[in-house]
Amino acid sequence: MGFFDRLKSGLKKTKEGFSDRVNTLFSAFTKIDEELFEELEELLIMADVGFETTERILDGLRANVKKKGITDPNLVKHELSDVICDILDENDNSMRIDTKPSVIVVVGVNGVGKTTTIGKMATYYTGIGKKVLLAAGDTFRAAAAEQLDIWAKRAECEIIKHNEGADPGAVIFDAVSAAKNRGADLVICDTAGRLHTKKNLMEELAKIIRIIDRELPGADKEILLVLDATTGQNAVQQAKLFDQSTGLTGLVLTKLDGTAKGGVVISLCNSQKIPVKFIGVGEQKDDLQPFVSQDFVAALFE
Amino acid sequence: MAFDSLTEKLGEVFKKLRGKGKVSESDVKEAMRLVKLALLEADVNFKVVKDFIAKATEKAIGSEVLESLTPAQQVIKIVNEQLTELMGKEAYKPVISPKPPTVYMLMGLQGAGKTTTCAKVAKYFIKQGKKPLLVACDIYRPAAIKQLQVVGQQVGADVFTLDEQKPAQISKQALDYAIKNNYDMVIIDTAGRLHIDEELMQELMDIKAEVNPTQVFLTLDSMTGQDAVNVAKSFDEQIGIDAAILTKLDGDTRGGAALSIRAVVGKPIVFCGMGEKLDNLELFHPDRMASRILGMGDVLTLIDKAQEAFDEKKARELEQKIRQQTFDLNDFLDQMQQMKNMGSMEQILSMMPGMNQKALKGVNVDEKQLARTEAIIKSMTMKERQRPDIINFSRRKRIAAGSGTSLTQVNALLKQFDQMQKMMKQFSNPKNLKKFKGLKLPF
Repeated sequence: MGFFDRLKSGLKKTKEGFSDRVNTLFSAFTKIDEELFEELEELLIMADVGFETTERILDGLRANVKKKGITDPNLVKHELSDVICDILDENDNSMRIDTKPSVIVVVGVNGVGKTTTIGKMATYYTGIGKKVLLAAGDTFRAAAAEQLDIWAKRAECEIIKHNEGADPGAVIFDAVSAAKNRGADLVICDTAGRLHTKKNLMEELAKIIRIIDRELPGADKEILLVLDATTGQNAVQQAKLFDQSTGLTGLVLTKLDGTAKGGVVISLCNSQKIPVKFIGVGEQKDDLQPFVSQDFVAALFE
Repeated sequence: MAFDSLTEKLGEVFKKLRGKGKVSESDVKEAMRLVKLALLEADVNFKVVKDFIAKATEKAIGSEVLESLTPAQQVIKIVNEQLTELMGKEAYKPVISPKPPTVYMLMGLQGAGKTTTCAKVAKYFIKQGKKPLLVACDIYRPAAIKQLQVVGQQVGADVFTLDEQKPAQISKQALDYAIKNNYDMVIIDTAGRLHIDEELMQELMDIKAEVNPTQVFLTLDSMTGQDAVNVAKSFDEQIGIDAAILTKLDGDTRGGAALSIRAVVGKPIVFCGMGEKLDNLELFHPDRMASRILGMGDVLTLIDKAQEAFDEKKARELEQKIRQQTFDLNDFLDQMQQMKNMGSMEQILSMMPGMNQKALKGVNVDEKQLARTEAIIKSMTMKERQRPDIINFSRRKRIAAGSGTSLTQVNALLKQFDQMQKMMKQFSNPKNLKKFKGLKLPF
């Protein structure tokens, strides 16, 4: 199955909920009026896009409709896709991991799917020929290292882990040293889930980043915030505070195979200027894919 | 829209209302528009919000609000009351089976926090002298069973596991084991699943049919957005839920999902997870949640306190005096005493909407200073209090000696009062209010 098909099939259920409504909506209207925009507002808010971003999208849509003199409600759909794509493409969606070794640090609140995402990422990068090394930096949650270990076996890559309760900074330090010695291309660091409001835990993350900067000066580094697609507007706070202590370079959107739309990423691209880099569309090990906004939006609307 | 600025915005609209003697229908509508925004930012379901706003507006436009002396507070109160009404007033308590063991079954999406919550629920009941058995039915996620064993050990609960069996069989055998070994509670941890995954939903139905649980709890991440309604509805329709457990409420999420579940599915919230430690599980208090969703601190408590302390007639007189600019040191003393009745300044300020730590930093609240000010005013004659401008050097010396303070302190108070009077002259013009934001309070 090609990438686009996989994305579409993963997003199918998402699409059915959302797109059906969009299609019904557009065909129910014979002309473009405020009522149509009000319905669209409801749709976008129900998709967790958030009020401010919804307003921005609709303002853009209104302007385009006026400028191009569109009168057919069915054409509004394409315009809507364009406006959303523009927002998603404002920032560079590609991964920058060219140095050897380079580092990916995966952060996020509890239960968003960090460990699973890393397992899938390891599969993806070993699949394209990179030598990957995993760092089991979640030393807090019971059995987190075991979970990552199982993923390392599936992806056939190496893993550095310590005992539960160990200092995560020490795990990362060891992993980075091992990567240098063994000539790994990519170190992917797991971290314990933490609420962004816990100051000392966020400080711990900042320390991990400092260790990486000190040990691998000049190396390419991606710091990715994993977001659960079911998360609502709190994602904005999460992104803000994680960004403050770690300097985020991108987002990973997981669990898009449910009925949640993950619309909050549009809001994050809009307000926080953080691009989406990967999306998770299923529970299988190769169900993580690089994010392409056109495909993402197309899969939502077509 | 940023999270914190919304609380401020709501505060601003209410400040505008506060500036007016009466509010019009359009004022109420403007305030309600912001309440709507606040609810949406809190992730309350869009349809629930629409319905809620329609009802609250109807209530607020009634004559009671328009004639009220403090319309802003009334609007907040109506919104808060309606929220509380929707959420239920009393905390819901989990049902204990009259014939042990009590069987609880936990389910939910991936990453909602089921395994941790199972251990927390066990701990909650161990503290009440119960002997729970944890049952590991998550046979899919790598190391999930291990995780339950570890947290089970941490809270001192036994964990039942079985290899190579279906979850329904595992639960059935766990139940038999519990009865034989005198456990009075069985807590079943199930695998996280999507509510649209038919195969896995069938598995839950099988478990339920096999053990006939006393109560079925849906574990839900409190940060869930609009989808919370779909999730809760699906689980309820397919499996049937008795109550929900909200996890990760120790963050800064406003937890609008709680309201949506209550409004759409009609099920209460029983517990909430309040931290990483395994004893951070609390019964859910709907009334507290109401103000959290609005992001307004404990406004209701403040209103109640204010209504107790402020005598309405006095308040009217005060308003008159401010308008006629005859506010003197007597009134000042009076007002201070009323404030004291309400509790400490810090307490009052912390309950005000928009008064977060940041805002509080600029305000110096010194309870001792308050007492000193009172002593100084009480050392003045009535005439002096009414006309502070007659207080010359010798009067100041006498007041300082009488109140056990220094000349400097008397001077400082008089100067601050003078500033305050000037401030009040501009009170009637709300445009000028901004200027006084940074001003130190005169007491």
